Amino acid sequence: MGVIETAGLTKRYPRVTALDELDVSVADGVTGLVGANGAGKSTLIKILLGLVPATTGTAHVLGHDVATEGARIRSLVGYMPEHDCLPADVSASDLVVHMGQMSGLPYPAARERASDVLRHVGLAEERYRPMGGYSTGMKQRAKLAQALVHDPRLVLLDEPTNGLDPSSRDDMLALVRRIGTEFGIAVLVTSHLLGELERISDHVVVLDSGRLLRSSATTDFLHKTGSLLVEVQGRTDADRLLGEALAAAGLHVRGTEDRMLEVEVHDESTPDVVRDVTVDLGLGLVRMQERHHRIEDVFRDGGAGSVQPV
Amino acid sequence: MPAVSSPSESSLAATAPAGVIHDIGYRPYAGPRLGERAVAWALFVTGLRNCFGLGRSGRSKILPMGLLGLMLLPALILVGVLVQARQLLGLDEHIVAYSTYPITTQLLISVFVAAQAPALISRDLRFRTITLYLARPARRTTYVLVRLASLTVATLVLIGAPLLLMYVGGLLADLPLGRETERFLAAMVGAVLLALALSCLAALVSALTIRRGLAVAAVIVVLLVSYTMVTTIQGISMESGHEGVGEVAGIFSPYTLINGVQVFLFDSPAATPTPPTGTGMGILYLVATAVMVLGSVGAMLARYRKVSG
Repeated sequence: MGVIETAGLTKRYPRVTALDELDVSVADGVTGLVGANGAGKSTLIKILLGLVPATTGTAHVLGHDVATEGARIRSLVGYMPEHDCLPADVSASDLVVHMGQMSGLPYPAARERASDVLRHVGLAEERYRPMGGYSTGMKQRAKLAQALVHDPRLVLLDEPTNGLDPSSRDDMLALVRRIGTEFGIAVLVTSHLLGELERISDHVVVLDSGRLLRSSATTDFLHKTGSLLVEVQGRTDADRLLGEALAAAGLHVRGTEDRMLEVEVHDESTPDVVRDVTVDLGLGLVRMQERHHRIEDVFRDGGAGSVQPV
Repeated sequence: MPAVSSPSESSLAATAPAGVIHDIGYRPYAGPRLGERAVAWALFVTGLRNCFGLGRSGRSKILPMGLLGLMLLPALILVGVLVQARQLLGLDEHIVAYSTYPITTQLLISVFVAAQAPALISRDLRFRTITLYLARPARRTTYVLVRLASLTVATLVLIGAPLLLMYVGGLLADLPLGRETERFLAAMVGAVLLALALSCLAALVSALTIRRGLAVAAVIVVLLVSYTMVTTIQGISMESGHEGVGEVAGIFSPYTLINGVQVFLFDSPAATPTPPTGTGMGILYLVATAVMVLGSVGAMLARYRKVSG
């Protein structure tokens, strides 16, 4: 049984169908949930927490039915909302301790856990200051800490990188990855940015207008394209020289924008041919790698036009 | 044994990494997880402390603590006068009755409730911290009732503290123990009812807005305007000889309502010109109290059912 299982899950509001016959299965590790704004990500999370009833269909979280065992699920799951939810006049330390108690931890244990998770998310001395004065990055860390304080078995992270600058975003993504691997807590992380999930997820689920567009392992998305990316140096027109030499050797070669060559792979000997030709020309081989698709290429082909690539 | 360390020991201490925090990795929690009752108790205690600014910023302690001081001050003076001048003035009871003390200090009580109900209720809605509570095991009904309980007990502390001071002071001044205890307990029942009525009303008003300033103003208006209008109507009705009108008007302000209940139940001294007379009117006062409290609680629960987080 997966961490999250839904079958025919549907949520209709008077004007709009937020989720439409959704069948999703989420396993351990980090799972990315992708979709444009309004694709139904937040609705799905609220149903999984047992806060909003589904119109039809069923959902199980950690083997518990969301319709009847909401409280049990909420004691095993951590939730980081997308929106701001931090009282301005309370310190992160006080809030996280309090939220630990609200999950049933005795006060001494809540204090110890709060101190631990605040260290893991990287809030140092500032944890004792009122959160009203926090930067966006610090707020996101505090929100993440309160979701982890009770050592949940699953965390639902709704847009954890929202509003972060590039370096804070990298830190947050690395942290999410650590939660899924080192901490051993299953993670469902949403984003409208595909490139982020490509880096940290084991599995990606794509929602479009409340429907399941695709659900696959991240490695499936990143399958080989059957070409090599080659970069050489030594002379100003090194790439052109090599390109001509490789074409003469019977390979299909294409130049790229950043003065590299994309070489189609015929068989296993192709890399050797590239190496030998480069050496014969007296050039330096800087890089030779298999070219991967990025997830966004897959979706662009798949027609999920509403999903924004990074 | 001389307290001098050998050279080898001191060099060892110098090379040992001092003040380095080692990353011991993530530690899972294997300890106990308490049930909803313990969670509710923790929420109650935190809420009660927050009502007096404890566990919040230093600035938020000023108002509630100041009001508590102002509530106690008249009681302290009254007790002082009683102790000093009991023989001189021939006093054998309190200068101000227990049952009329809350209505004498109603402005302070109203300000306290108006400041603390939004701090406890609107704050969670405004900052959307309510989402974090709803995503935890306790049911939303528990959250609402516990929040009301915190506010009620905080208000009870404010109303009851000066009464306790008067009671203890009265005993020190050799007032009859049995009679004082009886009057004090009757006044405490009234204090509980008043705290409950005020808290439920103020909490409901606070739950209807996410703007804290607006909630403060709204609670002040509801409590002060209703009290002023009721006392005005009661004054006019007594002057013009229509006491019945004044008696009915008394149910529209928590202060006059609860004072009337105390008059009816315990025959306490009235603080209004037209206290309820007769059993029928007394029962009407009791029913009005129940409607005020239960109606507010019901409306609160209905309000929070719509909060999706």
